[in-house]
Amino acid sequence: MSEHPATIPRAQQTRAIEYHRLTDSYVNVGNFERVLSVIGGGALALYGLRRSLGHLMLMLGGGALIYRGLTGHCEAYHTMGITTANQEPSQSSMLEATITVNKPAPEVYRFWRHLENHPRFMKHLESVISLGEKRSHWVARGPLHMPLIWDAEVVEERENALLSWRSLPGADVDNMGTVRFRELPNGRGTEVRLRLAYALPGGITGVALAKFFKTLTAAQLQEDLRHFKQIIEAGEMPTIANQPAAGTRMSRTMREREVRA
Amino acid sequence: MKAVCWYGSGDVRVETVPEPRILNPRDAIVKVTLAAICGSDIHLYDGCIPTMRKGDILGHEFMGEVVEIGSEVKHLRPGDRVVVPFTIACGQCFFCTRQLWSLCDNSNPNAWMAEKVYGYSPAGLFGYSHMLGGYAGGQAEYVRVPFADVGPIKIPASLRDEQVLFLSDIFPTGYMAAENCHIQQGDTIAVWGCGPVGQFAIRSAYMLGAHHVIAIDRIPERLQMAKTQGEATVLDYQEVDVSEALKDLTAGRGPDACIDAVGMEAHGTSLDAMYDQAKMALYLATDRLHALRQAIQACRKGGTVSIPGVYGGLLDKVPLGAAFAKSLTLKMGQTHVHRYLHPLLARIERGDIDPAFVITHRLRLAEAPHGYAIFRDKKDHCIKIDLQP
Repeated sequence: MSEHPATIPRAQQTRAIEYHRLTDSYVNVGNFERVLSVIGGGALALYGLRRSLGHLMLMLGGGALIYRGLTGHCEAYHTMGITTANQEPSQSSMLEATITVNKPAPEVYRFWRHLENHPRFMKHLESVISLGEKRSHWVARGPLHMPLIWDAEVVEERENALLSWRSLPGADVDNMGTVRFRELPNGRGTEVRLRLAYALPGGITGVALAKFFKTLTAAQLQEDLRHFKQIIEAGEMPTIANQPAAGTRMSRTMREREVRA
Repeated sequence: MKAVCWYGSGDVRVETVPEPRILNPRDAIVKVTLAAICGSDIHLYDGCIPTMRKGDILGHEFMGEVVEIGSEVKHLRPGDRVVVPFTIACGQCFFCTRQLWSLCDNSNPNAWMAEKVYGYSPAGLFGYSHMLGGYAGGQAEYVRVPFADVGPIKIPASLRDEQVLFLSDIFPTGYMAAENCHIQQGDTIAVWGCGPVGQFAIRSAYMLGAHHVIAIDRIPERLQMAKTQGEATVLDYQEVDVSEALKDLTAGRGPDACIDAVGMEAHGTSLDAMYDQAKMALYLATDRLHALRQAIQACRKGGTVSIPGVYGGLLDKVPLGAAFAKSLTLKMGQTHVHRYLHPLLARIERGDIDPAFVITHRLRLAEAPHGYAIFRDKKDHCIKIDLQP
């Protein structure tokens, strides 16, 4: 990840630096522990509020825990030289997936380059609209049905080989991605290698978004690429949603899943 | 509509369920005119296949009339009479374009499940667990057929349903088992299991040039069928030592190829068979492989062991040392049904074979639970059951 802040354009550097700081030595508490700190701290603080002065210490302790959770910085850890940050997989900031599509590179590239196609295979995307040659407008499904919106621009494009893009300033979530295409010999299809990176804003929104992005895992991205391949090769994605089965329990969950999707 | 639904080990029921509808542009809906219970359905009935869910519609051997087609289905139209392969294949992926239809990349919506277990996912199948797609099966009045422009084969009016139904699975499965033996003129082929697939493997081995087929089972009517319909030499493994008998019948050389048409729930009388039974009963093993062990042991040096029988998990005490020492070739896998549809339909039309010879029971769909029970327990001389919706 360390190379990425350096490649973010000047306009985004403020946020990039902040992001860099948050992931660097200042943060010494792991994400999971941070969430626990906020929850536990909140509970302690509430408990302290409801009691007499003797429980003031609880309130203070709770407050400290909340601070620790939100900032990811723990003075005690700092003093002792401990860090639990960066010990979890960095999936919340960088994802990779790859697949081989049984079609020539131009066909695969063309389908990807038509950005409006993306919501067909990317589960978390609501819509993409091209705003000209290089720019596009993206809407993703955020936590609690809140849309996440950003504009993006293509920063590098090599026909049938590579496409690189990044979000423009003002994005709900700063993100960037690169996809590489390599046609295999003897009609064996085209390799597609996708790399996505995103930087989360700080504060409470950051915690909520981080939680949301936990659902956007490498496994999900791999599934999205599988759907990409299925649409190009077979023209459709296989499904059993809403097929008959005895008892309504399963068909109901299937229907709900379809509605959600 | 009525459909045969899975509820658990030893529990299938005929239930009223909603009719299927088109979900994808390449789907078709087929009104089932004839279906069958397959030996591999018994693995489901015995609870040996994971990721089944209560209420799943069973059945992967079926045929019928096309009643509705999706917008992208060009080769079929309502009214066509078709047999549907049990393996679902897109026709356009790396594997389909190499005729490896049962390994289709794009037909399993739950591919991730199979990838966890097998590394990569094979094709989706009708009515055969969620790991293999979770598709509703054809032991029903109607069934949805995905990629209907690729799989279903149209049947000429001159042929009866019973003659062509088994193109859906067991005839191609037995045929591919024999083809995997790379039979040379004069070969001797040994077949473990005289169930329906074994019967077709015997017939196919002769079609492909075998000189002598030896069939192994313990059920008298199955051995009888192998003898009269298949012209095989038969061995009852409860009466003879199979390895010794095969050595003797081949004058010390061993069969050129061995076919394991039994699969994961083998029975046997030897110590290793009892060991498998005990382990499986304690959920310590996924498969009983007595037949496979014997086939590897009995095969001649440089021979081939062909496995059409279904295996599901991790096998214990596979005599790989014997396979290695004798330079055996092992061939296996779900049938690439699509490959065999036209050649085998041509054989049926020519009168080389009437696949209906395996049918011993003709039941109504509503009688399916009874059918499953007698088929599993090999009662009432049951070898193959047709279900009429």
